[in-house]
Amino acid sequence: MAPHDLRRPFKRPAISDQQRRRELALLRQAQQRSDSHNRARRLASSLLSLPAADQPPSSPEPILEDQPIQIEPASPEPEPEAPEAAPTRDLNAVQASKLKGLEARRWFARQLMLPEWMIDVPPHLDRDWYVFARPAGKRCFVVSSNGTTVSRLRNGSVLHQFPSLLPNGSRRKDLSGPAHSYCILDCIFHEPDQTYYVIDMVCWRGYSLYDCTAEFRFFWLNSKLAETGACNPPAVHHKYRFSVIPIYDCDHTGLQAAYTGTVPYVKDGLLFYNKHAHYQTGNTPLALVWKDVFSSQYFLDTDSTGQVPAQQQVVLELQDDGKLTTSDDPPVVFGCMDGEFLHKSNLRSGNLLRFAVRDESVRLHDGKLEILDLQFVAKSNRSRAFADSYSKVFFQYAARHSPLRIEDLIASIQPNLGDNSKTTDVDMDG
Amino acid sequence: MAMEITQILLSAQSPDGQIRTVAEENLKQFQEQNLPQFLLSLSFELSNDQKPPESRRLAGIILKNSLDAKDSIRKEELTQRWVGMDPSIKVRIKESLLRTLGSSVPEARHTSSQVIAKVASIEIPRREWQELIGHLLNNMTQQEAPAPLKQATLDALGYVCEEVSPQDLEQEQVNAVLTAVVQGMNRTEHSSEVRLAAVRALYNALDFAQTNFDNDMERNFIMKVVCETAVSKELEIRQAAFECLVSIASMYYEILDPYMQTLFTLTANAVRGDEEPVSLQAIEFWSSICDEEIGLQEEYGRADEGSSSVHSHFIEKALPLLVPMLLETLLKQEEDQDQDDGVWNLSMAGGTCLGLVARTVGDAVVPLVMPFVESNITKSDWRSREAATFAFGSILEGPSLEKLAPLVHAGLDFLLNAMKDQVSHVKDTTAWTLGRIFEILHSTSSAYPVITPANLPRIISVLLESIRDAPNVAEKVCGAIYFLAQGYEDSGAISSVLTPFVGDIISALLSTADCADTNNFRLRSSAYETLNEIVRACNMSETSNILTHLLHEIMSRINRTLELQTVSSDDRERQSDLQALLCGVIQVIVQKLSSLDETKFIILQSADQMMFLFLQIFASRSTTVHEEAMLAIGALAYATGPEFAKYMPEFYKYLEMGLQNFEDYQVCSISVGVVGDICRALDEKVLPFCDGIMSQLLKDLSNSMLHRSVKPPIFSCFGDVALAISEHFEKYVPYALPMLQGAAELCAHLDASDEDMLDYGNQLRRGILEAYSGILQGFKNAKAELMIPYASHLLQFTEAVFRDKSRDDGVTKAAVAAMGDLADTLGPNTKVLFKGCTFHIDFLGECLQSDDDQLKETATWTQGMIGRVLVS
Repeated sequence: MAPHDLRRPFKRPAISDQQRRRELALLRQAQQRSDSHNRARRLASSLLSLPAADQPPSSPEPILEDQPIQIEPASPEPEPEAPEAAPTRDLNAVQASKLKGLEARRWFARQLMLPEWMIDVPPHLDRDWYVFARPAGKRCFVVSSNGTTVSRLRNGSVLHQFPSLLPNGSRRKDLSGPAHSYCILDCIFHEPDQTYYVIDMVCWRGYSLYDCTAEFRFFWLNSKLAETGACNPPAVHHKYRFSVIPIYDCDHTGLQAAYTGTVPYVKDGLLFYNKHAHYQTGNTPLALVWKDVFSSQYFLDTDSTGQVPAQQQVVLELQDDGKLTTSDDPPVVFGCMDGEFLHKSNLRSGNLLRFAVRDESVRLHDGKLEILDLQFVAKSNRSRAFADSYSKVFFQYAARHSPLRIEDLIASIQPNLGDNSKTTDVDMDG
Repeated sequence: MAMEITQILLSAQSPDGQIRTVAEENLKQFQEQNLPQFLLSLSFELSNDQKPPESRRLAGIILKNSLDAKDSIRKEELTQRWVGMDPSIKVRIKESLLRTLGSSVPEARHTSSQVIAKVASIEIPRREWQELIGHLLNNMTQQEAPAPLKQATLDALGYVCEEVSPQDLEQEQVNAVLTAVVQGMNRTEHSSEVRLAAVRALYNALDFAQTNFDNDMERNFIMKVVCETAVSKELEIRQAAFECLVSIASMYYEILDPYMQTLFTLTANAVRGDEEPVSLQAIEFWSSICDEEIGLQEEYGRADEGSSSVHSHFIEKALPLLVPMLLETLLKQEEDQDQDDGVWNLSMAGGTCLGLVARTVGDAVVPLVMPFVESNITKSDWRSREAATFAFGSILEGPSLEKLAPLVHAGLDFLLNAMKDQVSHVKDTTAWTLGRIFEILHSTSSAYPVITPANLPRIISVLLESIRDAPNVAEKVCGAIYFLAQGYEDSGAISSVLTPFVGDIISALLSTADCADTNNFRLRSSAYETLNEIVRACNMSETSNILTHLLHEIMSRINRTLELQTVSSDDRERQSDLQALLCGVIQVIVQKLSSLDETKFIILQSADQMMFLFLQIFASRSTTVHEEAMLAIGALAYATGPEFAKYMPEFYKYLEMGLQNFEDYQVCSISVGVVGDICRALDEKVLPFCDGIMSQLLKDLSNSMLHRSVKPPIFSCFGDVALAISEHFEKYVPYALPMLQGAAELCAHLDASDEDMLDYGNQLRRGILEAYSGILQGFKNAKAELMIPYASHLLQFTEAVFRDKSRDDGVTKAAVAAMGDLADTLGPNTKVLFKGCTFHIDFLGECLQSDDDQLKETATWTQGMIGRVLVS
């Protein structure tokens, strides 16, 4: 009888790499198949309301203003800060948190919910809205994952990378969750006390809050953040303090408290959040910002030198056809560049350009603001990611002429005024 | 009636090719025109003692081949032809076969016993030829029956037992067979030829003896006779008796206890004093006991509470005597055994058994072996040194790491020095032992690291020096380097430990491959395959320059193979083998470098060149190259993305050839995988090739000759195609969907008792679900309504999957996702369906409880999709 088949190779070298190559290839293919299925499902985006990597143009959910993110670097040159982890094709927030460089900037630039400026008072302010005093500082997205915390500005660039007590925010063994759970917070970094004031919670321990109402998000924010110790003073594993801010129902008392109440930070206007709204990336009328001279030193927009210019300035995006548009979706056209000028000035579509607006060239027609003449000032600061929104241009114009005053806001929530929607319409002609 | 065919049969064996061809043609014609007469004539030829032995031999062979074939489809055809034949002719054929058992010509007797078994294998399961056993037993009980008839009859009984399964014989028949066989082993009554035939028949009949082994008296008797036979005078009979004991150890482990004392003495005497064929079987007896006990331990490990099977701990009990006996065998090496890899001798069998003993008892083996190692490893006699090293290498798997780590630490330096031993055998075994240490004990996450930054430089320098040693040593060194590198794989940043050595290791492997290029193909292949593992394990950002270099080096090597003169078929085979190895390396490099954006450009820059080489290689048409080049191309397509489109016009024909290659199913399977890669890389750009691809895939699915393992991936591939070309998949729906439904139907009827089938069922289910997912998502933005007719089927199938007890994680994930895809794509159209069943609630509930985050994420998504539908 021949020796047992299994026994023969005992002392032979046991390498069988070919089978291994086959198996690894199968593994790679299975992984990529699952990635591409998930991409098709927009699993990440459905879970997190984030745009998926390559959303087809016929997307049935056109709410997002986002362009598809360009994942592959355009040039074959290696990106100096290219991501370390494998393919970035299937983007979810975890992987996005690992993105670096240009891709990360592009991605994060699109992720914040951007309040419109309040140009008229929404109905049922007292019933459907929250109000709170906005801390002065840099709006940013804070992501904790894989043992580190990264904050990114509106344009996607990194503000800080640091250890924190947020879940998975530092290399300490986190007892409370799996190693890959992550958090995304919407914050304002307040320079004077070096504190991140958390104004919204987007993901917590891997649990997405995108599709939750503001009511639930704020509840979760207030109950969860403190548990982690993230609100503690800085320590070795916790470089910056996080803090919640007082959020009020926008009734008479709440509005007064937000407007006049003492807070540990410098105020920069008031933020109004609709209680029922989900976290929606990009400009939304369901979150509003309002400022006046008392509540904000930035009531009137400043120019690049920090001065309030004599004439209102707006930043608009140059389109292919020379049109100048706002950052809204769909964009609002405020003017058009002359082809010859474009040619001479070496401007290209996509450039953000700063213009001065003479008062007399502005017209309000049917409640819509139109600008008859734009005077080119300069290309905008490179760090800027977006043009102004229509509501900002409008608000700034109103601020210079007939601002929406706190009294108007208070008046709109007087219970005896009956039909709010009519009385709160602000006459902008004056 | 029977034709005179002697002359044709002789001519068919003529040295003259022309005569032979004509004769073969005649035989074929005869067979086709009148099969019954043909077979009858052959059986007459075989039974006729007047005929020349040559024509009788060929007649027997053709008869056998007319009843049985290796290929199962052909075999079924032959069976049906026999079953359909005129019974009166079959009776005459069988009579002449039985008559031949009494022939005076040994070869004719032997052939007829085999042909009888072939006929029995067709007829006995059909409850025909029931008188056969009685007839054969009659030959045995007749006092005056001659010994040759008895011998041939016992042969026939043995072969019949080999051919039919136990349930096809009545217990009385089994009893009678066993009685006849055991009586045939009686020394006082029978010649040695008869006894040998009897003991060999017993070997085949053991499988039938379950009932008899359950009965104490019968079992005692059988065991007594076998043990007596194991000490017969004749070597062949002793060997056959030990083969029976080996078989009994596997089949009837649970009844061995009362006999173990006797069996130990018997086997120990055989190992120490008998001739090698018998000693080898005696060692094999213990190896089989180990196999059984390892199997039992695994079974216990799996079950929470006591299994019904008995574990008698024979190895543990025998350990103090067994281990010394095995160690002695290690000293009985053959002079040139390291030159022959097929070698099987006492020392090999002993080492193998020792390895199994270590796996059976773990730590307990160590103190019994180490004194032997320590006292022999420094002796001047090479046999002692080699045996000591072999003993140490053999016990590395089984004992705990805590037990082994200190020994390895203490001994590693000694082993490294032994790589300079004067005797090649010692170096060979030392290198093998180092490889085992690295394979089994080396891991960066281990609490007892055997390789440390302190000893690594010396290990590498010794290995790189020894790789220049004799080919057999070098090959084992390659193995050691392979496992050394493997221990660093997947360890992230730590693998930069290897970085300082990677350049030297790669050069050493390349020059080893060069030296072995013409004279030692196994070494060459080991060197290249080890290279692959180095590429996989090295830290990419630190070694990307080296890997770039290597890529270019391998490409230029491929280029050189294309310039080789290939005259003979041997030349071509050698060229193909080398190309296969080189393509393997390319594949691994492509996969490695393209996994990071910062290194991917290296691949993109060389993509044209690589593709050019692959296409040239395809022209050589050897299947192994085909397979390796295919794998590399799949990896390349993934790296290049849509850019791959430019290669398609040239590459497509080879892809199609791959998909058509059902004989070599691995090639087919890999080509199917590459279709998936290409779909993902090209997206809608794959459209022009889809008619060809889909028709090939559909043909493969309907091909009964294609290995079944390829079929599930083909279904997944439907999904890949659909996802890539979206609504253009419409034209394939009428073909693909019925296939999916048919396969889903098949899943319900797979044999649930067969573990392989369970596995296959899971693969098939997953393939079907992935196909549905891809198709649904592909149609999501246009023509979703095409899938409405299939929604209910998919949901039913998903429910069946949910209720399947053998469902594995992959299937679970695919099923949950497909359910979400159904809701996502068909939206409110599925409301009634989802409302009409509740299993999805339980299913999602189960998934949301899972520890697998990916599964939870998918389940959450699916829950959302179904939720949206239900409120719509």
